[in-house]
Amino acid sequence: MSDTGIGARVRRKEDRRFITGRANYTDDINLKNQTYGYFVRSPHAHATIDSINISQALKAPGVIAVLTGEDLAADKLGGLICGWMIHSKDGSPMKVGPHPALAQGKVRYVGDHVAIVVAKTKAQAKAAGELVRVSYGELPAVVDPADAQKSGGPPVHDLAPNNTVFEWALGDKAATDGAFARASHVTKMNIVNNRLVPNAIEPRAAIGSYDAASDHFTLYTTSQNPHVARLVISAFVGIAPENKLRVVAPDVGGGFGSKIFIYAEEVLCLWASKRIGGRPVKWTAERTESFQADAHGRDHVTEAELAMDQSGKIIGLRVKTIANMGAYLSTFASCVPTYLYATLLSGQYNIPAIYAEVDAVYTNTAPVDAYRGAGRPEATYVVERLVETAAREMKIDPAEFRRRNFITSFPHQTPVIMTYDAGDYHASLEKALGLADYKGFPARKAAAAAKGKMRGIGFSTYIEACGIAPSAAIGSLGAGVGLWESAEVRVNPVGTVEILTGSHSHGQGHETTFAQLASDRLGIPIDNVSVIHGDTDKVQFGMGTYGSRSGAVGMTAIAKALDKIEAKAKKVAAAVMEAAEGDVEFKDGSFTVKGTDKKMAFGEVALAAYVAHKFPSNEIEPGLKEGSFHDPSNFTFPAGCHICEVEIDRETGMTEIVNWVAVDDFGTIINPMIVEGQVHGGIAQGVGQALTEACVYDRESGQLLTGSYMDYCMPRAHDFPEFKLGFTETKCPSNPLGMKGCGEAGAIAAPAAVMNAVTDALGVRDLPMPASPHRVWRTIKGMRLAAE
Amino acid sequence: MPSVSLNVNGQAVSAEVEGRTLLVDFLRDHLGLTGTHVGCDTSQCGACVVHLDGKAVKSCTVFAVGCDGVEVTTIEGLARNGRLHPMQEAFQENHGLQCGFCTPGMIMAGVDLVRRRGKSLDESTIRAELDGNLCRCTGYHNIVKSIQAGAAKM
Repeated sequence: MSDTGIGARVRRKEDRRFITGRANYTDDINLKNQTYGYFVRSPHAHATIDSINISQALKAPGVIAVLTGEDLAADKLGGLICGWMIHSKDGSPMKVGPHPALAQGKVRYVGDHVAIVVAKTKAQAKAAGELVRVSYGELPAVVDPADAQKSGGPPVHDLAPNNTVFEWALGDKAATDGAFARASHVTKMNIVNNRLVPNAIEPRAAIGSYDAASDHFTLYTTSQNPHVARLVISAFVGIAPENKLRVVAPDVGGGFGSKIFIYAEEVLCLWASKRIGGRPVKWTAERTESFQADAHGRDHVTEAELAMDQSGKIIGLRVKTIANMGAYLSTFASCVPTYLYATLLSGQYNIPAIYAEVDAVYTNTAPVDAYRGAGRPEATYVVERLVETAAREMKIDPAEFRRRNFITSFPHQTPVIMTYDAGDYHASLEKALGLADYKGFPARKAAAAAKGKMRGIGFSTYIEACGIAPSAAIGSLGAGVGLWESAEVRVNPVGTVEILTGSHSHGQGHETTFAQLASDRLGIPIDNVSVIHGDTDKVQFGMGTYGSRSGAVGMTAIAKALDKIEAKAKKVAAAVMEAAEGDVEFKDGSFTVKGTDKKMAFGEVALAAYVAHKFPSNEIEPGLKEGSFHDPSNFTFPAGCHICEVEIDRETGMTEIVNWVAVDDFGTIINPMIVEGQVHGGIAQGVGQALTEACVYDRESGQLLTGSYMDYCMPRAHDFPEFKLGFTETKCPSNPLGMKGCGEAGAIAAPAAVMNAVTDALGVRDLPMPASPHRVWRTIKGMRLAAE
Repeated sequence: MPSVSLNVNGQAVSAEVEGRTLLVDFLRDHLGLTGTHVGCDTSQCGACVVHLDGKAVKSCTVFAVGCDGVEVTTIEGLARNGRLHPMQEAFQENHGLQCGFCTPGMIMAGVDLVRRRGKSLDESTIRAELDGNLCRCTGYHNIVKSIQAGAAKM
């Protein structure tokens, strides 16, 4: 292994601009003659818009335009779309409520977009926004997913009676019912997966710019997938055809899913720019707007049952989930609680029968869509809470219970679509048990008790599916897009290389890891490789970054393009060295001719390809540039074991995580330093869900009660111990690099590990997330009262 | 409009600003120093931390007009003569950043932490002192390592 190749802990190439304050985020960009947009948002969760009076606002200083839903309708622009069609059990298509970028006739959540005010300065736009007079007719709101189908009030969308988007099912009901009928033990739980706000620290932002002379639009936006944004804004919203719309996602300050989606603000900044004659319109969210109108995550209410035989072997799993979609179906909302959720309910276990029903519902809350893990954290939480609880109820050690049920031979077909290709769940469990000193836990628990602390331990042996694929398969399940990835490798005449990728880096370090791959493959210094992404004018098309796909799918596309580069370069080298193409070998950056001392460096061959003097150009085209579109043949299946140990203070209810062990199998690891960072961050988000974070709407009024960092408790540095990480490796067989993906594992594994530990410490069966000090303290108090 | 004269990263600056202009907006919008970031409206996230006369301050809580005669250092002014500050180097060396948005605030807070608490910082001190800086990417693990390493080299 070279010190910059695959497997090396290469320091990030992109870091310098970030640590010196020279990065280029969307809000850092300022265009000539720029104006500022401010959004008038609904203060009500559910109301008719009876009238909008903009006359005062129009007279305010600096105001250029005030545009409403009527203007949008007049321009006949399309609405925002949901790109995955789900069919209900009865075969009917999901009920898609119209989603205009500016509300028309009705608002459906607090923060819904009512008007855009465009002014010369941000302050002027905001001040004028206060002068837009909207007359609302308030309607009863529905907030909780458990209430949505039986509220009896006016539905969020008239076309969806009882607020039901779809009633979907997966698995064999009869076989599962049969398993439960013969079970010797059944563990049944009511499980709530709390609603979260993604909270990338960079708020969303957009600059829309229309150039009348060329009839061309440019959008700078905080996006994880600028090409998909361009596709939707062109083909569905109808702002402009794709050749007249450039979308740039420059440095993006974290996404976690929330910046996948195509939002009203992006569309409206573009549209408003044309409406005002071409001056650019810029908008940057305030944090409260992020809380109100970024797509939220999770929000499931579930009843789940696990059936065991007398030996503790799982024989069936039955799940009924109600998933909150919010007020509109966001871009990928419908696939999250279905094909990204129920398909993972087999966990790491050999479960012969599984049946899951998922009802998706509209409520008067912000749209809910993919958030780090997207469905898989929800599935893991259900499975791992059930498994741990079942083990406790059956008086079997939770590690041993898992051992008895692990899948051990591959490929393994689960009852819920997935074919697991490779894994070794015993290996990750045993390694984690060692790192966590599981044998020493009883002594540590006793020592904690001696100082008045309640100590608990919890496991989470998770599995996820990444690199969502193949395109044809997901198409048959309702996806509106293919989920391949593109790459282009451009070799310059001097032998330096530019890699253009359709994936997007917003913290994942692609500019380093992708360069490691090319450097390793071509035998050239890593500094000679640059990675280009995030601009539809530079990269032809791509699907973006989410679902831990950039390695397994994006890098495989690069690897295939590099194969083509080698093949073409061999032709050139053969011609120049006057050898048969089959005799040319490429190794460590040099082309040699078998059995001779003839040799050309990679850079020399590149130059020869561009100079084009030494080969017949009717046989070999000049230049050295190749591309690839890679469509994977299967999902990848990262898996592992996380063990959390907590101590709880009886007097305050404070939970302290005192030990965290994560052993993950991500297949091949390109850069361990970056992978460890992904795991750390994922765990932190999962711990946040379990201990501190909750997005809360008032159940009656639909007002957002957690609208800032004063109310929504983000995890801080002192909420965590030093994480202990380990890795096991089984290669992924469906891509040549053997990679599986690592971006979401921590967020998927962590919540169950924490809650299994907290309930172990407290000696209780059920406790909802987040296990806040207040909630834990009340639980302890209740126990004490009962004991007294 | 009131005027203000201050020193930013070693350069004298005079400007007329609205009374309500926050220091962070003055730095970003008037001076083009976009390395200082705004991540929230409530002075919680710390992405906007700069130094005023050598002390860390959230620049979203300070009015520009209140900075008359003050020496302001932003992330852009931390490296001197093309040489990175040891705290900047430590963040790169220890993978203390991912998306980079919180990073300027973290680095400026880290430098101030060393000023206040010395070069020999234990992990729990750093974690406690980072209460005013949010990061969503790193789980803080490598930020803590970076500050510890950077402190030792300052």
